[in-house]
Amino acid sequence: MKLRENARLVMVLDTRKCVGCSACVIGCKTENAVPEGGFRDWVVAETKGGFPNLTLENRSERCNHCENASCIDNCPTGASHRGPAGTVQIDRVKCTGCKNCIAACPYGARFVHPKGFIDKCTFCMHLGGGTTSCTEICPTSCIHFGDANDPASEVSRLLASRPHKVIAPDAGTKPRVYYLV
Amino acid sequence: MNEVEILKSVEHVKPEAWWEWQIPLYLFLGGIAAGLMVLIAVRYLVDPQDVRSRVFRHLAWLSPLLLSLGMFALWLDLEKRWQVMRFYLAFRPTAPMSWGAWILLAVYPFVVLFALSELPESSRARMPVRLRRLAEWAEAPAVKRRIAIGTALVGVALGVYTGILLSAISARPLWSSSVLGPLFLTSGLSTAAGTMLLFRISAWERKALSRIDTGLLGLEIVLLGIFLLTLVTGGSAARQAGALLLGGPYTASFFTIVVIAGLAVPLLVEGREMLGHHGSRWLVPALILVGGFALRWILVAAGQTSGWHTL
Repeated sequence: MKLRENARLVMVLDTRKCVGCSACVIGCKTENAVPEGGFRDWVVAETKGGFPNLTLENRSERCNHCENASCIDNCPTGASHRGPAGTVQIDRVKCTGCKNCIAACPYGARFVHPKGFIDKCTFCMHLGGGTTSCTEICPTSCIHFGDANDPASEVSRLLASRPHKVIAPDAGTKPRVYYLV
Repeated sequence: MNEVEILKSVEHVKPEAWWEWQIPLYLFLGGIAAGLMVLIAVRYLVDPQDVRSRVFRHLAWLSPLLLSLGMFALWLDLEKRWQVMRFYLAFRPTAPMSWGAWILLAVYPFVVLFALSELPESSRARMPVRLRRLAEWAEAPAVKRRIAIGTALVGVALGVYTGILLSAISARPLWSSSVLGPLFLTSGLSTAAGTMLLFRISAWERKALSRIDTGLLGLEIVLLGIFLLTLVTGGSAARQAGALLLGGPYTASFFTIVVIAGLAVPLLVEGREMLGHHGSRWLVPALILVGGFALRWILVAAGQTSGWHTL
């Protein structure tokens, strides 16, 4: 799939559909050969309120590919960089494993790969930017991926029509992973 | 009430300690190296004709020695140690760590030239001819003045950098404070004074250093107070981070080792010495050094547990 020139890839996750099955985690680990102990995505189940007035929100979380990516700003070698369609990517060769980006990420999205470089979600850019393994495998179809700068895309329609939030907005990073609530 | 369950290894959602002993050790040794550069160079600039003791004239060599040890610790922390040259294949103006890598390179020529120029004649006799000529060149007053100014400035940059390295990381609310740069510089100057007091410098030098150190310890207490104040008067993330030191798991170690043993007791003992009471030669320097190391150890460890994404 060829990305539009000004494409802005985002992920939109429907917390009302997510059942917390972790298929996205397994799909990601399989597709990206994520090593044992490392995770590029994970599921958070947040229970709010007191019994019997409870709400449960399941969220599949990952790197937010932030607009204001502090990991890129703080990387001393340029290994963390802006990739295609505004995504945040890591150049494994340039990475020294100084872990400054782990410190700089408010989301805990990064981990040290056994080979020494820092690893995280890539939005599966090796698949061309059209889809991700977690989007494909999700049994409830709660993960949507696409170009937010294309008004006709599914993610644009969802963001325009449904209330949504991002994780830790106060951190000022402007995440590109949105949660429909 | 919120209950959060994370279906993933917890240490990867909130990695508790990706930086271990190497980083605080580097910040500590780098701080002393920076402080030594500033104190020794400023002393020369204030009075070039002042008679410096033989031991004092050799102390400038401690700076590159300690900095090299610190850089070795930093190198040990890298996951891909043999890719260390990548720091010098790029300059990233937004990354304090990149600035630091280049500042570290600038330190050596200045401090080594200054240390060479400070060597007494008797110590130079055994040096190779080229090195001796370099020392003679650096010793000329006009040249030495420039080298001393450069040494002091690079020393300040190095001392401030050790704090800014942490304060630039806004994702960790405990570190995200502009006070950390001046605080680490002051602590670096104070620990450098403490290190110098461990050597057999002259009685006059000891007295002068103790006085300077008293002022530095007082300033450090004020800066530490401002640092804590900015945390407790900040937003919810800053307040949560401040609670780590004020009532949380790091409170006991922070107040007993850093504030009481590392700052208040040395300040009291040095104050008594200024009034004419005799103190132990080792007690104050040892406490200052332990307190300086504990400050960095605790801030690095506690900062890693602070965050915005409160899971």
